[in-house]
Amino acid sequence: MRTLIKNGHVIDPANNIDGSFDISINKGKIEAVLPKDKSSGPEIKDTKVIDARECVVAPGFCDMHVHFREPGHEYKETIETGSISAAAGGFSTVAVMPNTLPVNDNRSVTELILSQAKKTSLVNIFPIGAITNGLKGETLSDMGELKESGCIGYSDDGKPVMNSELMRRALEYSRMFELPCIQHSEVLDLTFGGSMNEGIVSTELGLKGMPVEAEDIMVFRDICLLHKTGGRLHVAHISSGGAVDLVRQANAKGLPVTCEVAPHHFTLTEEACRNYDTNTKMSPPLRTQKDIEMIKEGLRDGTIDIIATDHAPHDVADKQVEFDNACFGIVGLETALPLTLKLVDEKVISLQKAIDLLTQQPCRIFNLDKGTLGVGKDADIVVFNPNTKYTIDPKKFKSRSKNSPYKGWKVRGKVRHTFVAGNSVYSAPND
Amino acid sequence: MLLSRKNILSTKELKKQDINQILDTADSFKEISTRAIKKVPTLRGKTIINLFFEPSTRTRTSFEIAGKRLSADVINISGSSSSTVKGESLIDTARNLEAMNPDILVVRHKNSGAPALLSQFVDSPVINAGDGSHEHPSQALLDLLTIRSQKGELEGLRVAIVGDIRHSRVARSNIQAMQTMGIKVSVVGPPPLIPSEFNSLGVDVSHNLREVIKNVDVVMVLRIQLERQKQGLLSSLREYSNYFCLTSEILDKARKDILIIHPGPVNRGVEISLDVMESKHSLILDQVTNGVAIRMALFYLLLGEKNANPN
Repeated sequence: MRTLIKNGHVIDPANNIDGSFDISINKGKIEAVLPKDKSSGPEIKDTKVIDARECVVAPGFCDMHVHFREPGHEYKETIETGSISAAAGGFSTVAVMPNTLPVNDNRSVTELILSQAKKTSLVNIFPIGAITNGLKGETLSDMGELKESGCIGYSDDGKPVMNSELMRRALEYSRMFELPCIQHSEVLDLTFGGSMNEGIVSTELGLKGMPVEAEDIMVFRDICLLHKTGGRLHVAHISSGGAVDLVRQANAKGLPVTCEVAPHHFTLTEEACRNYDTNTKMSPPLRTQKDIEMIKEGLRDGTIDIIATDHAPHDVADKQVEFDNACFGIVGLETALPLTLKLVDEKVISLQKAIDLLTQQPCRIFNLDKGTLGVGKDADIVVFNPNTKYTIDPKKFKSRSKNSPYKGWKVRGKVRHTFVAGNSVYSAPND
Repeated sequence: MLLSRKNILSTKELKKQDINQILDTADSFKEISTRAIKKVPTLRGKTIINLFFEPSTRTRTSFEIAGKRLSADVINISGSSSSTVKGESLIDTARNLEAMNPDILVVRHKNSGAPALLSQFVDSPVINAGDGSHEHPSQALLDLLTIRSQKGELEGLRVAIVGDIRHSRVARSNIQAMQTMGIKVSVVGPPPLIPSEFNSLGVDVSHNLREVIKNVDVVMVLRIQLERQKQGLLSSLREYSNYFCLTSEILDKARKDILIIHPGPVNRGVEISLDVMESKHSLILDQVTNGVAIRMALFYLLLGEKNANPN
């Protein structure tokens, strides 16, 4: 049976499409992208029609940085619940970080993740393998085996690779497999015991700070290492304005550095921590307004390549504690679209660019045949109304965890439908 | 008139009129502690729980005596903060205590913000008796009472706080409260113990005690802990003392009527010399006495004057 998505405004940066088109889906693939009038008529029999009036139709979003906690911490999230959350947020593809229990540093864990994904996931799951065994920062993982079993990149995310020699070797060795090393950029000596950005607010609250220099120094070190190694560096969740500058300078020298930003790092500052709300505790921490301005500049001029959520689900038991003792991280899949659209409202980037950051660009960096509405490609599609206004209520999230600082935010932009390989995996309740 | 706050979590959230009211009330309570029978029936039938997750002698005893002099029932609980799931136990403990209908919870905890967290789960008022490096409001209030008793007025005074400002909840509570009362505050110590952000709290930052001492009415000396050396924040206590120990030689440069306070416990010879500690300028024991009066005032004001009679 065919599906026809009619009357929508199609934005597909990968194919330079921006206008009124209808999309025909057949056998899980994009069958045709037709000018509005061409697809109507009595011949559409046996076709399910989705009316996308007032909506944008785009390639399904791709989030290259999520934590689905399976195996090991299923009480926070599973591949299944995470995928339901992704679908509700308009994401058809996610890359899952390896800090599970056990760590995804070998074929058996990668295969477990992929087999669970095949059985339970609504969306495409791509594992990221560890850079070092057990994320311990001591010995390199078998990067070749990880790639052969399905990993699309390497990262010790949650922790940095502190040892410079080891990071140098990781960048060298990963070159052989043409996959990027994703660094969680943080010099641990400077952030030990810290729980929020070091600054005026941490000083007043009496909380140990994590200085922005901890991020800048690590980004700079890795860029220095790149010169000789020839590997590819992807800077995860950039939060420091200074680090954006460093990436810009490295790009100007032609070094293969890319970076991502999470929506909370362009919508919230350290001021949000003032009442010790542990849903504002994340790593890297919320920074300052100045950092946000520099991040926006990086989005404007293309220094920042993609938006990724760093979706980090935590149970209430891990968050309803003293600030020092709370886990780092927030859920992000179901708030990414409206928060990204704020950038469009503020004229930081166009709607086309926003979609590019969530579709074509992540797939370019990770070399995925996704993020496009090209004819013959998998029919991974999101339909969203950019103007629907609503108030964020974490209780309504599909994610197993509800740790979000955006409770009560009035936003606009709501997903109506998400398709993965032509199958509807999410429809907004009122449809 | 009641206080503008239900809880006493920080001095930052206290208004000038709140502080004046607390100090005036404490002044009126001082006399009770000098009677032969040191007890009034004001809070008879009220239950106060001292919940101390961190060791404390002075503060806990002070709260306990304050409650007992007002005839409240005071229960002391010392919680262990060594469990790995401290948060669960903190909130569970709070809910369990709440179920026994206490009238006030007094909380000390090693983590900043813990009393604020706890206050979200209980109906009764919470007094922060010191949380991490955040605040210790009753200490700042007793410091103000001690200074006011000597100087009469707080407005326009100049105070230097000397020592480990970075980790001091006493410094933070005093900076906020003193600024509210129109006192000009300087903080003095080596740069690793004074984050540059203190500039933006509106205080003067200095690293030269010999200079600052010339122009202040009060000097507050803070305890220096040996563990700061291991953290790389101090070279040695010996070198610290060379620059920042309040000695009689330094005191000679000060105004003749300078007052010296210290929240205790004192490291004799490290941050203050024995002779200075015992000099006529020192109000260290007055602070302890005033602490009881301040805590009586807090109990009285939080439980509502309407239920009670100060005499």
